[in-house]
Amino acid sequence: MWGKLTATETRRGLLMVSPPFIYAILMLAFPIGAIFLFSFWTQDFMTLDTTFTLQNYREIWEQPIFGALLQRSIFVSGCVTIVTVILAFPVAYFVSFHVKSERKSLWLFLITIPFWTSYLIRVFLWKVILGYNGVINSGLLGLGVIDEPLTFILYNVNAVIITLAHAFAPFAILPIFVALEKIDRALLEASQDLGESKLTTFFRVTLPLAMPGVVAAVLIVFIPTIGDYVTPELMGGAGGKLIANMIQTQFLALNNAPLGAALAIVAMVCVSAISLLFVFVNRRWLRGRS
Amino acid sequence: MSLRIYAIAYLVFLYAPIALLPMFAFNDATIIAFPLSGFTTEWFNELLTTKALHNAVRNSLYIAVITALLSTTLGVCAARAGAMYNFPLKRGILGLVMLPLVLPEIIVAVSLLIVAVQILDMGLSNWTVIAAHVLICTPFCIAILNGAFQNLDPSMEEAAMDLGETRWSAFRLVTFPLVMPGIISSLLIAFTISLDEFIIAFFLTGANPTMPVYIWGLLRFPASLPVVMALGTILVALSVILLTIAEIFRRRGLARVGAKDKGGFL
Repeated sequence: MWGKLTATETRRGLLMVSPPFIYAILMLAFPIGAIFLFSFWTQDFMTLDTTFTLQNYREIWEQPIFGALLQRSIFVSGCVTIVTVILAFPVAYFVSFHVKSERKSLWLFLITIPFWTSYLIRVFLWKVILGYNGVINSGLLGLGVIDEPLTFILYNVNAVIITLAHAFAPFAILPIFVALEKIDRALLEASQDLGESKLTTFFRVTLPLAMPGVVAAVLIVFIPTIGDYVTPELMGGAGGKLIANMIQTQFLALNNAPLGAALAIVAMVCVSAISLLFVFVNRRWLRGRS
Repeated sequence: MSLRIYAIAYLVFLYAPIALLPMFAFNDATIIAFPLSGFTTEWFNELLTTKALHNAVRNSLYIAVITALLSTTLGVCAARAGAMYNFPLKRGILGLVMLPLVLPEIIVAVSLLIVAVQILDMGLSNWTVIAAHVLICTPFCIAILNGAFQNLDPSMEEAAMDLGETRWSAFRLVTFPLVMPGIISSLLIAFTISLDEFIIAFFLTGANPTMPVYIWGLLRFPASLPVVMALGTILVALSVILLTIAEIFRRRGLARVGAKDKGGFL
């Protein structure tokens, strides 16, 4: 039996990959299938009704709160993505083009460290920084720049965007860095030999070649930010709650798992559709390169 | 030059929140705000005497150790299969395994919650948290282990088998020592991720909270915030130490297989 399983290279490969693959089927594919199924059921307090119905989806469509939250979530994720990627690109460019190759991994290490340290505490610290008597306000008051504390930076959407942009920064830098590293430096010299300036070389050679990294960075920031409920909960106040907070409430507080499941499905479908559209729009930059 | 200044400013932005932690952890005031009032180690002493915290830490360590071992094992399988073999649907299979890297964490959390509570009716425990943490840590382990496995020359194992070793002993005696640093690095990264993970643990934790879930509970009480700062200081210091060791091992592993360091964990 064992001999037969390991007879060819293909079978050995499949056998080798089967533990993580089966794990992903059982713990990822099957559970996601389960939420999908669940979203067509209904729950009245504790009793689960398993007749197929579109009631949850109808409720999401009809009640304006869900649409508003979803819209705000996509807006926040979009802003976070734009801010993160624009701020990250020059850093990735600097590390790839201006740092000596033996020091590159030190820079990347320094950039990634904050990403791995307690997420919850990092989010809370932003509250300390942006708060009413926080670091920024007490600093500006002390310097006499402002007369009373700024209030537009805590418990609203701005605060959520700042905090998330900080949390996802390394995620955006790494794919851009990898794409920049792949660029053949001779191309840049060739471009300048052929009469382009440094600036036009950047826009006509470097940036198009870096686009696969930029697209990857956009996706790797945009998709996970939709699922965050910690930052809006701590930083968003009443007007800064997002769709993930609603999903969490439906599951844990209101005990309406089917509606929560339907919300999760709707959020995932929206995010996937936007992501696919984004990839489609940028397809000419991605073609023919891996 | 201006790019360098920007990059340094960016690093300051990245580290600003963390830099505040020790300031407030040693600050002799119950309110987390400037100006600082004086030096104290009271908050650290309070950590030593809080029973509930000790339980949470023990729980988290248990979950993190098992998660690290399981996800690294799965990661070794996937990285080896990806680097050394060709098989049908390779990209699709490895893509599915890597998917949790980009999936919103709340999706993983609610889907496993439904399966555990509503479908299997088994209740929540440390093992439901471990199941989810293994799922989200495995892609990171694979990313690190790929570096070790992809630079490996397959002919070395073949040579060992030609000289009479079995497939398993060839792996154990030849490949394993070469990828060992990568494995250690992967264990440490998975451990760190699991120890810090909150979004999923909050949904799946049983009667005994993990440390981040316990911290979340504390954040609601202003009086306990200085203690959170002290705990956070210890956690950040611990994470930095573990990550530094992981990075050293990752580089050593690349050096061992003679690969050029392309930098970074991902």
